[in-house]
Parts: sequence; structure tokens; C-alpha cells
Amino acid sequence: MIEIRMHGRGGQGAVKASMVLAEAAFQGGKYVQAFPRFGVERRGAPVEAFTRIDDKPVQIRSQIYYPDGVIVLDPTLIEVVDVTKGLKKGGWILINSDKKPEDYDFGADYEIHTIDATKIAIENNLGSRAAPIVNTAIVGAFAKITGLVEMDAVEKGIDSAIPRMKEENKKAARQAYNYIHK
Amino acid sequence: MAIKFRTDGKEVKITGEKDMPPMAASLGLMTWNKTGSWRNLRPVIDYDKCIDCFICWKFCPEPAIIIVDERPVIDYDYCKGCMLCAEECPKDAIITEVEGK
Amino acid sequence: MKMTMMGNYAASWGAQLSRVQVIAAYPITPQTLIVEKLSEIVADGELDAEFIKVESEHSAMSGCIGASAAGARAYTATSAQGLALMHEMLHWAALARLPIVLTNVNRAMAPGWSIWADQNDSLSQRDTGLMHIFASSSQDILDSTVLAYKIGEQVLLPTLISFDAFFLSHTMEVVDMPPIEDVDKFLPPYNPEYKLDVNDPRSFGALTSEEHYYEFRYKMQEAMDQAINIIKKEGKEFEKLTGRYYDLIHPYRCEDADLILVTSGTIAETTNVAVDELREEGKKVGNLKIRIIRPYPKQDILNVIKNCKKIAVIDRNISCGYHGIFAQELKSALYNETNIPVWGYLAGIGGRDVKIENIKEIADDTLKSDKPEDLIWKGVKL
Ligand code: SF4
Ligand code: SF4
Repeated sequence: MIEIRMHGRGGQGAVKASMVLAEAAFQGGKYVQAFPRFGVERRGAPVEAFTRIDDKPVQIRSQIYYPDGVIVLDPTLIEVVDVTKGLKKGGWILINSDKKPEDYDFGADYEIHTIDATKIAIENNLGSRAAPIVNTAIVGAFAKITGLVEMDAVEKGIDSAIPRMKEENKKAARQAYNYIHK
Repeated sequence: MAIKFRTDGKEVKITGEKDMPPMAASLGLMTWNKTGSWRNLRPVIDYDKCIDCFICWKFCPEPAIIIVDERPVIDYDYCKGCMLCAEECPKDAIITEVEGK
Repeated sequence: MKMTMMGNYAASWGAQLSRVQVIAAYPITPQTLIVEKLSEIVADGELDAEFIKVESEHSAMSGCIGASAAGARAYTATSAQGLALMHEMLHWAALARLPIVLTNVNRAMAPGWSIWADQNDSLSQRDTGLMHIFASSSQDILDSTVLAYKIGEQVLLPTLISFDAFFLSHTMEVVDMPPIEDVDKFLPPYNPEYKLDVNDPRSFGALTSEEHYYEFRYKMQEAMDQAINIIKKEGKEFEKLTGRYYDLIHPYRCEDADLILVTSGTIAETTNVAVDELREEGKKVGNLKIRIIRPYPKQDILNVIKNCKKIAVIDRNISCGYHGIFAQELKSALYNETNIPVWGYLAGIGGRDVKIENIKEIADDTLKSDKPEDLIWKGVKL
């Protein structure tokens, strides 16, 4: 089982991102679970959401404390919250950032990846410049770095989880898949 | 116990509690239960005073006042003698009699 | 067809598959999505039902009572304070023997104001005469809704389906939606013998003296007793249709267990995982999930626990002044029947997360202990 924690800010769509991720994995034949951190969500405040992916039905029903990977939707969060908390040794961190992985230092225990999902979202008219919707680009990058889901499963996931601008979202996911800094 | 209920013209025999429905429901119309037998006071319409305004008909909670040929008529099978009709009649056309006297 | 959905939507689709005819509901967090989705389903014409927007939960259940008394299949959903406001009408629905299905998202009672998982809300309705299911997965929520109508309409009892706030209500997971044609074969239209019908008028709920009231209660208890076999029978029928079996209890690795953990709701699912880990450590622990608490599956429980040495109950609820409600119920079932000692633990009250490690600690503590205790506050910060 793979457990992923998503860090975002309230209103940024972290919960939706965890669900798009789960949907993509489900379309790829996996069993999944996606849920928000059970708290009160305030706009702008740090929020967390979780995704579990497994080959068999997921029975565990507690929140995720020891993730295999962490996705950071907003790089400014790194200053505010400990995004590596509980992250398993050898785990990966995927950051939405225009910087390179080597610009981040989380110690030798983790593998860092960056993707400029904000730029991709803006290029594809997803959301506004002030509030770009980065979910689908992030999922594309996730597919590439983990190899857990194929790109066509990501596209099917977008078809079933995203109600509008499906083509733009798929394009964003493909671009992220192709350009991810490894 | 062998109470007879009338259901749509049919006779239903209850021989004991086991024949009861699972909930408090009657086996049919409750018209056999002639609530007029509870009456202590009897309203009687004085048709000379009555102006056919049907306020009594509107207010009777039973409803035991029916309209026959454009006039109010009390159905004593179901009139409980609450005397609401007499209280509300604007012409004091409903007289109170004591039952059994 | 397999698809992903949140637990709340599993409830909505369960109602849709059951072809409910009347929905009367009032929104409350974390149940809101259930009725929101149902209103969409009705508006889109995917369900031919009357959706009644009411001004309170008391009215929601009253609306369902009227509808069910008229022979319609009625549905509502609520949570916590909303369920409490329904209380009077729950007694009514049960005593009027109306097979309404009510979904309750288990949420802590306020104050302290909370929207998180806790079973005290629905367990406070234990004695109203509703059958009471604790679903532990989204699949369970969906399937239980269909089953509740099938069973309830035979024994003429309403059913309360409870499931944990957020751990299920807002968690998206994979659910297998049976085709509605299959469900139609399983669940025929509701056609009660006694109903409000202008062509066959009768009175309902009239004055009932001591001469008969006692007998109505007897008949309710009789219906609960019959429900035990009907739940099993319909569970098997449903299995033929879907491959999924639902019973009153679901034991997991209990056959040779020294210690059996007794659980319900989502804690039961996590406990299965904990049991696997404990087994790997060489500890003979099993998990007994109580899926239905009314009717109480006493005999089934006795059959499962008879060879174990210790029992530990985990309650996400408390009857303050005594202890956990599942623990009380279990002990009353065991009295006169066995001498197996019972430990009563609380965990997860007010939505506090119950992790695998918490459950393993409970198992380890119980295995080590030789003195049973009624009430152990696991993890309390006092
Ligand atoms: S209220 Fe009085 S006047 Fe009016 S219809 Fe009745 S009896 Fe007649
Ligand atoms: S006495 Fe009462 S029940 Fe009788 S007719 Fe008058 S209002 Fe109706």
C-alpha cells in the first residue's frame, strides 16, 4: 500500500487533488481511498489531504501518519509546516515550484522532485492567475515519478473526476508528465 | 372477545389479540363506533331562528353536522355534545337539552 | 460497476437503487452531501420520488411517517443533534411499524461543538425500536440501504443505518454499484397490508389502552426476533446477487483466538489490519465486528467467542455514569452463559483518530492483564 499526504492551503483544492490522484489510480485498476484531514478548513490556512493506493481493498480507516510520499501544492508552506513529518525514510517529496530539486534541502533521507504546476495551469487557463488550479498537473507529475499509474489512467481519471475543461486538464497532466524534473 | 368490525361491508371477526394488526390500526372504518353515545348535552337546532350560515357546520369538530337540502342537520349517531356549535351560532339558534331527561 | 465515491454518496445511491418514493430531509454537517446528491438525482429524473424540504428533522421523520403509512418507500438522513430532534418520531415510526430507512452520520453530540465521529448520537436511540446497523465501509452503506428496505418491509420495522463522520462520510473509496435491474429483482415494490388508503379507510395510532398496548410491544419484540433470521436469509440472497454477504456480526480470525476484540464502525475495519499485524507477531487475536446492534445478535456472538480466553470491547461512545455501550451489551449477553472476562475500552470519542498502533496497544494491554476492567480510557490526556 502507498500512502500519500497532500499539503495545500484552504481553497487551493488539496482535497480535490487527493481525489483526482485516487481516481487516476482507480482507473489504473487500483483500490483507493482519499480524504481530507478531519479539521476545520479555512481559506488560506494550511490544509492536508490523503490518498491511499493498494492492490486490494483498503481496510485501514485512520488518517495517514507515515506517508510514502508528500505532495506540496504551495511551496511557501514549507516555511510554515513540517512537510516531512512522519515521511518514511527513502520517501519522496513532490513540490509545485519553479525551482530545481537541488534548491531544496530536506536532508539525505528523501527524494525531491519539483514541477512548475502553477505555470502549466496558467498556460492551460486552469483557474485564474491568482488562483491557478494545479491538481491535474500535479497528478501527471506524480504518475511519472512513482510509475504507479499510467498516463492513460490519469486521463481517464480526469475524465471522471473533473467536470469541466477536461481537455485542458489532460494537457496539463501530460505536460507535467513530460517535463517533471527528476 | 369477539368484536365485530365492518370493513367495506365485510364483517371481520376478532377472536383474540393474535388477530390484531401489528400496529394500532383499525381493521376498517371506525363508523361502527357511535360516539353519540358519549353525549350528556344534546344540541337541537331551532330552524325558525336558523339563517343557514353554516358556522356550526364549520366548527363542529366531529364533524357531526351535515348539510341536507341546504339546511344544517345534526347527526346524533356521532354528535358528542360538546356544544361548540351552540357557542358559535350567531343567532343562538342551537338549544341545549340535557340527555336522558 | 466499480466506481469511486464518498460514503455520503453511497447512502444517496443506496436510496436511489432502492427506488425510494419519498425523501424528507433537513441538511446537517456531515450528512449534507447525502441529501444534496439525492435532490440532484431526483431533479435529474434518475429517481421518481417526492423530495420534501422540511424545516426540521422532527418534520423530516414526520414526513417519512406519513409517506410510509400511505404505503410509500420513505427515506431520510441526519446526524447528531438532528437525530436527537427526531427522537419522538423515531418511537412513532417504530410503534406504527413503518419500514422507513434512516441514515445517520455518527457525529459527536454538542457542546463542545463537534462535527466528528462518535456513536453516542445513534446509540441514544437504541431503545426506540429501530433496527440499527453500523456500516463500516462505503460499500456497506450502499448495500445496507437496499437490505434495510428488504428486511424492514418484511418485519415492519424502521432501520437506522449509522456510519462514522468523515472516516466514511467524506472519504472517497471504491464502491461496486449493482445494476438497478438486479436490485429491482431483489427488492420488489413495497405494498403493505395496512396503509392509509381512501378506498379502504381505517384509523391509525388511535387511543390504545393497557388492554392492547402491551401486546403491541410483544409483537414488536417478536418482529425483532424474526428479523435475525430474515437478516441472514436476505444476506444470503444478496450474496447470490452481488457476491457480498452481510450478517449481524462479522468475525475475523476468531476461530483460534485467545483474545477477541469486539468493535464496530470504521474502527472494526482498522482492527482487521491490526489483527493481521498482531498475528504476525505470534499473538492469537481476532476481531468480532458487530454490524447490527438491534436486533442484538446474542447467540451469534456466543458461538464466536465460546473458545476464547479474553474479550476486549472498543467503544467510540459512553453512557456516562456507567461505561461503553457495546461493552455493557456484550456483558449482559455473556452473563449466565460464559465466564470469559471482558475488558471495556474507550477510543475515538469525539472523532479522535484510532490508529492501528492504538488497537495493538489495547490488545497487548489486555493480553498482559489478568484483571478485567469495565472502563479503560485509552489515550485520555488526563
Ligand atoms: S350557526 Fe346557527 S344560524 Fe348558522 S347554520 Fe348553524 S344553527 Fe343555523
Ligand atoms: S354538540 Fe359538538 S359534536 Fe354535537 S353537533 Fe354540536 S359541535 Fe358537533
